[in-house]
Amino acid sequence: MEPFVRVSGVVAPLDRVNVDTDQIIPAQFLKRIERTGFGQFLFYTWRLNADGSPNPDFILNKPGYENTSILVAGRNFGAGSSREHAPWALLDYGIRAIIAPSFADIFHKNCFENGIAPIILPEAQVREIMEKAQAQPGYRLTVDLEHCRITEPDHEGLNIPFVMHDDPETHEFRRHALLNGQDEIDLVLAQEDRIGAFEASRGPYGGVLSVGRNR
Amino acid sequence: MPPKTLFEKLWDSHLVHQEAGQPSLLYVDLHLVHEVTSPQAFDGLRMAGRKVRRTDLTIAVADHNTPTWAMSLPITDPIAKAQLDALSRNCEEFGVTLYDRFSPNQGIVHIIGPEQGYTQPGKVIVCGDSHTSTHGAFGALAIGIGTTQVELVLATQCLVQARFKSMEVRVDGRLPRGVTAKDLILGVIGQIGIGGATGHAIEYTGLAVRELSMEGRMTVCNMSIEAGARAGMVAPDDTTFDYMRGRPNVPQGDDFDAAVEEWRTLPTDPGAEYDTVVRIDGAALEPFVTWGTNPGMVVPVTGRVPDPASFEDPGDREAAERALIYMDLEPDTPIEEVQIDRVFLGSCTNSRIEDLRAASEVVKGRKVADRVYAMVVPGSNAIKRQAEDEGLDGIFKDAGFDWREAGCSMCLGMNPDVLQPGERCASTSNRNFEGRQGKGGRTHLVSPQMAAAAAIAGHFVDVREW
Ligand code: SF4
Repeated sequence: MEPFVRVSGVVAPLDRVNVDTDQIIPAQFLKRIERTGFGQFLFYTWRLNADGSPNPDFILNKPGYENTSILVAGRNFGAGSSREHAPWALLDYGIRAIIAPSFADIFHKNCFENGIAPIILPEAQVREIMEKAQAQPGYRLTVDLEHCRITEPDHEGLNIPFVMHDDPETHEFRRHALLNGQDEIDLVLAQEDRIGAFEASRGPYGGVLSVGRNR
Repeated sequence: MPPKTLFEKLWDSHLVHQEAGQPSLLYVDLHLVHEVTSPQAFDGLRMAGRKVRRTDLTIAVADHNTPTWAMSLPITDPIAKAQLDALSRNCEEFGVTLYDRFSPNQGIVHIIGPEQGYTQPGKVIVCGDSHTSTHGAFGALAIGIGTTQVELVLATQCLVQARFKSMEVRVDGRLPRGVTAKDLILGVIGQIGIGGATGHAIEYTGLAVRELSMEGRMTVCNMSIEAGARAGMVAPDDTTFDYMRGRPNVPQGDDFDAAVEEWRTLPTDPGAEYDTVVRIDGAALEPFVTWGTNPGMVVPVTGRVPDPASFEDPGDREAAERALIYMDLEPDTPIEEVQIDRVFLGSCTNSRIEDLRAASEVVKGRKVADRVYAMVVPGSNAIKRQAEDEGLDGIFKDAGFDWREAGCSMCLGMNPDVLQPGERCASTSNRNFEGRQGKGGRTHLVSPQMAAAAAIAGHFVDVREW
């Protein structure tokens, strides 16, 4: 996974609440068996007209938002399915950070696995960023994960702290993993002794008791 | 010992390791795999030269892409076929048991887990699918995960997860006649909203939940994710054990009784506390119909399409305006006047035998309205066989329904069953997002009985007066 230390880029305002994973990437595009190449399907039905031409009214197609790398959106972003194709599509399109008042849980976790920073800010601050990004196409922000601050490029205007999880410890754990581009699987494989001991400690039936009895 | 909730018991008993300030390392008892969210995970294993750690705890199912036409007919979509073939190859290579399209017990992953006895109380169950919450109906902690986590579980049989908060959704009172488990959960989502349980594992309690069959409990837990929860569960009781007894893959004979004794220790202890408590009056619930583009946009069948101006929150107002345009509905239209083109009876929410029985009662001796195309997609081959043994297929076919093979089908339109742009569907599935059942399609979520009645009438009707 590519480390996330600092990302500066154009902010696109997606002023909608409950943006669901079926909008981020519709089901008909989940049939590929690779991890890459999903960017072309991002927000497919919103971004493209029925004939495949760009919909000029959709924010990512408007002048000034061509090279968006930061999305700002309404609450509960990523509602719906567990499809990791959603962050894959965002990443492939060039999005590295999403700012919203809240995220749906599975999507939120999937962001961390793919080097996307899901940034949680209070509604009022999200609104402020949304309005600036709407008023000034090409509006840029820097997301600094080392110091957990969002700043305007000149460090003059907006300069606010952020978290990526309501629980401070989880935030810190995820921040560390993102900064180092660390994959979870390596961390867990290093715990082999504990996993083996746990398996050996369990009784015969399912549940509070044990594994097994599946076959 | 301090009193614990069901959720706490499940979590604590699966802790492989807990480092201060870090997410928990949880052991997984059952890993369900399907074709859409697994190919990249198997690729990852292959690239790193890793194996599946516990093939005996891993079960794969082909369900999302599979056509629901006759099995003798080929799959016509080459990309879907490639994905299904990839699953077969991966299962073969890694030694994972696969229920493929031709398996006598194939079906939707969340249907066959319980049906084949893999789903059991006290387990931690994961699947690369958000509706994994279904399995919580048995008193299991069942969590939907992404593909990277699928790879992690394949390789290590463990999950890295920060502890959820716990929520009790207590539904007191008795559900009135004609009000189903589907209406119960739609009522809950309507009340708390689609983000209302974010960060939580829900436990459903109260008389209305206790009185539900296992099928009904699965319907309720299934849609926990539509309330934003990571998991939904119901404490196991005699209803649970009666459903399980004698199924394949559950302990048999004395072993079963011993297991039941253990499972009886799972329910929440008196005095244990939840982080959040929600109360619902079950006796006041009605048959519900969604009018918009998320499952929280719901009104009783006797209600009207709301006016966006009635929403206080600007985000909700804007969402309602967009939804009405997409759904092509006018504010204040009585729900019973909304005409439909299609009916879909299926999905992991409502395609179990009890759902089909209830719907068949409604259609028996009647005919599907001329304007409507209606289909039944049983959740599994076993359900299909049972329904055929009971003669339900004949009832549906006589009424003009199409009777299909098992699979996800028009729940998400990855196979050839899709809505055409502009078509309006009464659906027993769980999501009414824009384009969910096909680009431009309009979905109204309802119970099986309500869907069946709408098929006959051509518009929504109050099934309590049927
Ligand atoms: S029936 Fe629908 S919700 Fe259930 S697993 Fe299949 S696609 Fe997902």
